[in-house]
Amino acid sequence: MKADVPVLSMTREPEAPLDPPSQYGGFRREAPITRISLGPGAPTAWLVTRWEDARAVLANPATSTDLSRPGYPSRTPMSMPPGFFLFQDNPIHDVFRKVLTREFMVKRIEALREATARIFDGLMDELVVHRPVADLVEAVALPLPSLVISELLGVPYEDHVFFQEHSKVLIDNTVTGAQKAAAQGALGDYLETLVERRRKEPRDDLITRLGQQVDAGTFTTRDAADVGAFLLFAGHETTANMIGLGVLALLEHPDQLPRLYAGKAELATAIEELLRYLTIAQSGLARVAIEDFTVDETTIQAGDGLIIMLNSANRDEAIFSATADELDLGRANARQHVAFGYGIHQCLGQPLARMELQVVLPELFRRLPNLRVADRQEVIYKPHAAAYGPALLPVTW
Amino acid sequence: MQVAVDVPKCVASGQCVQIAPEVFDQRDDDGMVVLLDEAPPPAEHDSVHEAALVCPAAAFLVTA
Ligand code: HEM
Ligand code: SF4
Repeated sequence: MKADVPVLSMTREPEAPLDPPSQYGGFRREAPITRISLGPGAPTAWLVTRWEDARAVLANPATSTDLSRPGYPSRTPMSMPPGFFLFQDNPIHDVFRKVLTREFMVKRIEALREATARIFDGLMDELVVHRPVADLVEAVALPLPSLVISELLGVPYEDHVFFQEHSKVLIDNTVTGAQKAAAQGALGDYLETLVERRRKEPRDDLITRLGQQVDAGTFTTRDAADVGAFLLFAGHETTANMIGLGVLALLEHPDQLPRLYAGKAELATAIEELLRYLTIAQSGLARVAIEDFTVDETTIQAGDGLIIMLNSANRDEAIFSATADELDLGRANARQHVAFGYGIHQCLGQPLARMELQVVLPELFRRLPNLRVADRQEVIYKPHAAAYGPALLPVTW
Repeated sequence: MQVAVDVPKCVASGQCVQIAPEVFDQRDDDGMVVLLDEAPPPAEHDSVHEAALVCPAAAFLVTA
């Protein structure tokens, strides 16, 4: 029996749905790198809870994201296609990431700002028809990022509804595994056909450029389609959760709302602080050591699993001061958060996520200054999802 | 202040470009960091230090 290994719990205090479980603060102070169990019968792993250690581990080339390696800290071992390059180590990871870095460059993403504002306006025009109560998740938070990703990939406008409907199923917890698999298959086939079509009729879009890599022999059509699916997977529910939680955090701190309108730099800082404070990647980032290494005087051995708890690191008093647990939209060093991870896998979509949040949050409160959670309605959260956020956010205005 | 970049380390996160656009840019063909000013003026020093702190790849070096 391995006694004394605490079980990692993702359960938050019911009265503090926007704060990480209080268990993490205790680890951070008493045992910043400690063995934990992932649950009854599940493997044990190192839990890393401090900001500095989190960055050190995530930047260490002796760690791997390969789900199929023995020791990878997961309850359900599986493997992922190469196009899901977050789960690939180098050199394969870089083959995919380097093809995409151009697409997510700050100036290219800026060029999507107007289209994003237009998509948002369209969704809002539909939402207000549903007065007095609408679910903000269904009406805005979920459709917006999937429509923006369609735009980025170059999914033809007439296919947006198809794309949207199937991507919704992928992240719906009320559908069966078979329905999910069917949606995934349909999207994969669709993207494969689109890649083939763009190889014959090129356009100025991401799918065309993936197609050119197929022509150049960098990867297969299937890989190209997988990359498209992975971008949707990585950028859809994540952004949706940040929109939903961002709204809830702002509703709790109405005194800070003016910071969203104080200027470009102030808005950017406010969004960084929301990313820090809310850190949606609530189950942390998983890694497995491929060589022995030392972090903060603890020796990690090859084959050991690690869970890097981002929402703890982002509340670390050592870097964010005694006010780390408070929301302060003017926090000077908010941007040092690790909500997008760190090291070679740091979020590729971060310029896009930032831009979407910078468009949506101020505009939402400008259009609906009386926005609030609807009376006698309850916000429903996703307590066990890898990416935390509201499943249902009934609002009125 | 002197700044030097190690381009092969860059992962094109875009963070430095957003923090200090007068000092850093991204290469048009692949998003890799481009140094616009090797000796940025004092008005840029704070943002350069911040960019160095958040760069996920520790891809640049700032001296005095
Ligand atoms: C607020 C929203 C988002 C958050 C909080 C977020 C968070 C993260 C985190 C923590 C990682 C690192 C995972 C790890 O190292 O294990 C990551 C990776 C990634 N994200 Fe995001 N993400 C967001 C939005 C997006 C968007 C909009 C896209 C693109 C459409 C995107 C694409 C990616 C990709 C491709 C990776 C893998 C990068 C690699 O392995 O090199 N993300 N994201
Ligand atoms: S912050 Fe670092 S990784 Fe990101 S673009 Fe600049 S140099 Fe490259």
